[in-house]
Amino acid sequence: MTTLTLAKALNEGLRAAMDADSKVLVMGEDVGKLGGVFRVTDGLQKDFGEDRVIDTPLAESGIIGTAIGLALRGYRPVCEIQFDGFVFPAADQIITQLAKMPLRSLGKIKLPVVVRIPFGGGIGAVEHHSESPEAYFTHTAGLRVVACSNPVDAYTMIQDAVRCDDPVVFFEPKRRYWDKADVEFGAPGLPLDRARVVREGDDVTLVAYGPMVKTCLEAAAAAEEDGRSIGVVDLRSLNPLDMPVVREAVERTGRCVVVHEAPIFSGLGGEIAARVTEQCFYRLEAPVLRVGGFSTPYPPSRLEDHYLPDLDRILEAVDRVFGY
Amino acid sequence: MTAPTAPPELVQLLTPEGERVEHPDYDIDLTAEEIRSLYRDLVLVRRVDLEAVALQRQGELGLWASLLGQEAAQVGSGRALTDADMAFPTYREHGVAWCRGVDPLHLLGLFRGVNHGGWDPYEHNFHLYTIVIGSQTLHSVGYAMGIQRDGAEAATIVYFGDGATSQGDVNEAFIWASVFNAPVVFFCQNNQWAISEPLEKQSKIPLYKRASGFGFPGIRVDGNDVFACLAVTRAALRNAREGNGPTLVEAFTYRMGAHTTSDDPTRYRVADELEAWKLKDPIERVKAYLFKNQLADQEFFDKIDAEADQLGKDLRARCLALPDPQPGAMFDHVYAEPHALLAEEREQFTTYLAGFEGAQ
Repeated sequence: MTTLTLAKALNEGLRAAMDADSKVLVMGEDVGKLGGVFRVTDGLQKDFGEDRVIDTPLAESGIIGTAIGLALRGYRPVCEIQFDGFVFPAADQIITQLAKMPLRSLGKIKLPVVVRIPFGGGIGAVEHHSESPEAYFTHTAGLRVVACSNPVDAYTMIQDAVRCDDPVVFFEPKRRYWDKADVEFGAPGLPLDRARVVREGDDVTLVAYGPMVKTCLEAAAAAEEDGRSIGVVDLRSLNPLDMPVVREAVERTGRCVVVHEAPIFSGLGGEIAARVTEQCFYRLEAPVLRVGGFSTPYPPSRLEDHYLPDLDRILEAVDRVFGY
Repeated sequence: MTAPTAPPELVQLLTPEGERVEHPDYDIDLTAEEIRSLYRDLVLVRRVDLEAVALQRQGELGLWASLLGQEAAQVGSGRALTDADMAFPTYREHGVAWCRGVDPLHLLGLFRGVNHGGWDPYEHNFHLYTIVIGSQTLHSVGYAMGIQRDGAEAATIVYFGDGATSQGDVNEAFIWASVFNAPVVFFCQNNQWAISEPLEKQSKIPLYKRASGFGFPGIRVDGNDVFACLAVTRAALRNAREGNGPTLVEAFTYRMGAHTTSDDPTRYRVADELEAWKLKDPIERVKAYLFKNQLADQEFFDKIDAEADQLGKDLRARCLALPDPQPGAMFDHVYAEPHALLAEEREQFTTYLAGFEGAQ
């Protein structure tokens, strides 16, 4: 067991993936000498060389487009998009090419490309550095979309994403990069497409992913003092959704609140609410509620504490779900 | 209105009248057999194209993008490739597909709507058609970076048009290829028209001159001269394989037909322009050369024409015989590994369809 931050756990996971398979490459802006702006790729270029850890020109579409070409040649590129709000120049290559080329080829082409994206707010950043664009990608068939929430998962999930023969959009909760946990090197994790019950509960189920898992756990601990038993599900995989785990958790409580930083409207919460309603209809005591961002662009950082779901907003929704 | 004229720096080895001319930097030494073989490819490719247009007009294809007028650019560059080289086409490279050994039936299948591209890109080293303009230039450069890492003796060639040169992806591909010294040949078929927009809507300078700003050579070649296209592309590919980085080849040609069968070029260009380019036909000049130099007789030309007709006939029959895919096929190959959501939807849809069985 080694105590690692989430960023360092990703770094160790990438290192293990590169050790295991010489076709694994890391590419992106500032991923070489600097080790990435969050240091996730720290030291990798020194150890694996410039051919395998590639500082690219500053153009996101170029990063994904050339990664596709490298994958066509048999490589497994892991691309870093520096910040969530910078992914959109690459959206065409991700949505139109990366997601669709395997089908276009009737399965003759596999594109094992990982697109790493630090996402979410809470770090006092300027515009375009705090967004949660996951729903744009979960809506696109052909992509797998995952989000890690803690160092232990970060270490195994990044390795599983690299091993996966499908393209994976890998969201990293940037405000949790410095959270620490004990990580066991070499230990296998839960499969990439599985959700995990991170806290058992009898009265209400919170469903979250990425940075909101920790916030939900804090809300659950606070509610326990008031005598409420709150369960928390960490989705981990956003496409596909692991509905059996969600369903079982909600059937136990009869109440469900979905929490994410992304705007509620047309967000992943709506999809989960619809599926929970279809699958747990006779067990539900109340409608599925959602807590998330507002229908505004991400606000200036002095306002982000009001925009981001926090312990109080989650507990307020828990109160409301008991009001039916 | 006068037709665009080629500037003096255009590389030409065979004039529209079928006269061989010299160029100080590029030459080609072809046997009579090789020239006859090039002629055969040009004629057969045009016949495939003609048959496809007819099939579209008869409702058998949803769409077709004709290559009429661009046969020399495609056959010349396509024949310059070695087996190890990888080609990245747009949706109009039927002539390159032919040179790479792709059965034209696959191209028809795509435009008929049977699939999005049925050939194996690795079997022919001919990538799938890319419909979004310019995206494939980046794929080509990435693939070339893979060739570098493999230490292989190969290069990539990527096709795109004059309109694509305005795309961000194409410019990013130029930068990537230049910075990484990637073994790639950018083969731009400047056919003068991006649907209805003439070249002056895309560029204030000749396209091949763009390359110098990115730090690699650019060459303009007579795109209707199969000898020159073969010679220039061959040299650029060799240069790339030898580690000297990318080249931009601008094949100066003309789109004789519509952009696609859905287009009506009479709305935006004049007939005189078309007439002027007819005089530069890529096939007629090879035929004239073969005739004049007594490298082929009438029997040869008749034989090729008969072969072309047979090819068209066979292709038509095989196109009409293409079965529609089964409804469940849309779920195949979306993911390489099992995907729970898709499996669930497939099962529900299969059950739904089964409910109609036996119904009146």
